[in-house]
Amino acid sequence: MNAHASLLPKLIAVAIIACVPLSGESFYIEIVGKVLVMAIFAMSLDLLVGFTGLVSFGHAAYFGIAAYAVALLSPQYDAASLWVVLPASIALSALAAFVVGLFVLRTKGIYFIMVTLAFAQMAYFIFHDTPLGGGSDGMYLDNKPSAAIFGWEPFELTNEVHLFYFILAMMVLVYLFLARLLQSPFGRVLVGIKSNEHRMQSLGYFTFRYKLGAFTLAGALGGLAGFLYAVLFGFVTPELLSWHESGNVLLMVILGGMGNLAGAVAGAFAFEAMREIFADITKYWQLLMGGVIVAVVLFLPGGLAGVPGRIKRALQGGEAK
Amino acid sequence: MSERTKQEVLLQADRLTRRFGGLVANQDISVTLERGMIHVLLGPNGAGKSTCINMLSGDLPPSEGRIHFMGQDITRLSAAQRSQVGIGRSYQRTNIFPQFSVLENVRLAAQSRRQQPWRIFSKAMEAEWALDKARTCIEEAGLGKRVDWVSGVLSHGEQRQLEIAMVLATDAQVLLLDEPLAGMGSEESASMVEVLKRLRRTRGILLVEHDMDAVFAVADMITVMVNGQLLECGPPAQIKASVAVQQAYLGTEDSFHV
Repeated sequence: MNAHASLLPKLIAVAIIACVPLSGESFYIEIVGKVLVMAIFAMSLDLLVGFTGLVSFGHAAYFGIAAYAVALLSPQYDAASLWVVLPASIALSALAAFVVGLFVLRTKGIYFIMVTLAFAQMAYFIFHDTPLGGGSDGMYLDNKPSAAIFGWEPFELTNEVHLFYFILAMMVLVYLFLARLLQSPFGRVLVGIKSNEHRMQSLGYFTFRYKLGAFTLAGALGGLAGFLYAVLFGFVTPELLSWHESGNVLLMVILGGMGNLAGAVAGAFAFEAMREIFADITKYWQLLMGGVIVAVVLFLPGGLAGVPGRIKRALQGGEAK
Repeated sequence: MSERTKQEVLLQADRLTRRFGGLVANQDISVTLERGMIHVLLGPNGAGKSTCINMLSGDLPPSEGRIHFMGQDITRLSAAQRSQVGIGRSYQRTNIFPQFSVLENVRLAAQSRRQQPWRIFSKAMEAEWALDKARTCIEEAGLGKRVDWVSGVLSHGEQRQLEIAMVLATDAQVLLLDEPLAGMGSEESASMVEVLKRLRRTRGILLVEHDMDAVFAVADMITVMVNGQLLECGPPAQIKASVAVQQAYLGTEDSFHV
């Protein structure tokens, strides 16, 4: 129940992930790196879905905007500075989320889901159909950003191991940042809004401002994930902004257990692992995936995050449900 | 000034009208609430009491009429803005954060008085002033023994008390309470009446209530509504004696044949 009791498993998990580059296998380094990126993405969405009660079905837009921003801001024959292009792409995603939030946060429930989707589709078509984005083939990021500060280079993103640890560090930082945020008065208000927004208003909270803050922040962190994705794979396509991606990240959050940061990370791992394993078994892997998700929703309402608690209660004796 | 402090008008509603399409839910309702008073809004089901209290709290904009709070026109303020100027309300159906502890419910209410959303790295549970405030208000609402309970498991009556504690934590000068006694047992009801009498001293309370015994036990002033219209307004004795009120509400046989 308390934070310290669950700290140890989390540290062990991070330590295990940190050992992946020791395998020396590029395939594993890249795929686990991708999962870590998706974990950041899932945590950013969980801030909205799980903690504020805003089911955004267009979160891929902010992922994709930052990913395209890296590609567009990087010069063709030279490496951009990480310290410029990282904050710039995050800021662009945050700005987009802020502007979209001004509109979508005036709606609720199913309408919110539909308008977040609509805005994401608009972003999709901007990159798909205008000269800006390079069409359906997307764009290459020819030179990964350089981390050099006045000639000194602490690490190289072109080095797959360095990049892996950079992504891992970012994931841990995002986790710590959100965990702390949720303890703050701001975070408590978000959880209050999720529980009962009307009551928060009658207590004198201007809930729109808080929701806009959360929406912008989630967009910024989704942008961080998109940035890392673009750097990891070296190319971007409009599919990054498609509703499939918005759906996938939502499934990760649901799979992991909404309103639980570690759950979002676990959900990202489970989702990507299933995708790999099922795709190995059959070309109808999406059927298997769908079946698992239905099963989780039906039989594990708390998602993966609820599993430790269930085991604990089962061990402590049967009478407690 | 000195003679005015005796009857300080906190809330004044003038000729409030609310239409829903063709239906007039409230027509020309005027209510005055003074500090130190419990003013009860009385009327049969469908009389428009909830519509009236919703207009006063800002949950529903009036179609016509004006509302003043301590001299300030608040007709156009939102519910959140009215809370900020000093009007708190509780709801007919219990409206709390069921998965939070009693303390957290009230702490959150207290926090609304000092909103600093940019301070995202301070810990909410380390803000002593809000915790102290919450504990004081929980005590004042008579829930001192339940501070650390999850609010969802409280009895119905205790949840109503919790709502009162939350309103108190917002420093409300005016309490708009929608049926705080509904669904309570006689013991719970009696203790709530005591709480209300205590709270009245420094505030103004507007109460919507069905429970007739409780109404006459606490009311300083009663406004009777029927079919969205104001029937009569006066002290309890006058209301008890009123023939019109008896016919409309207090259940003489005749009222069924009108």
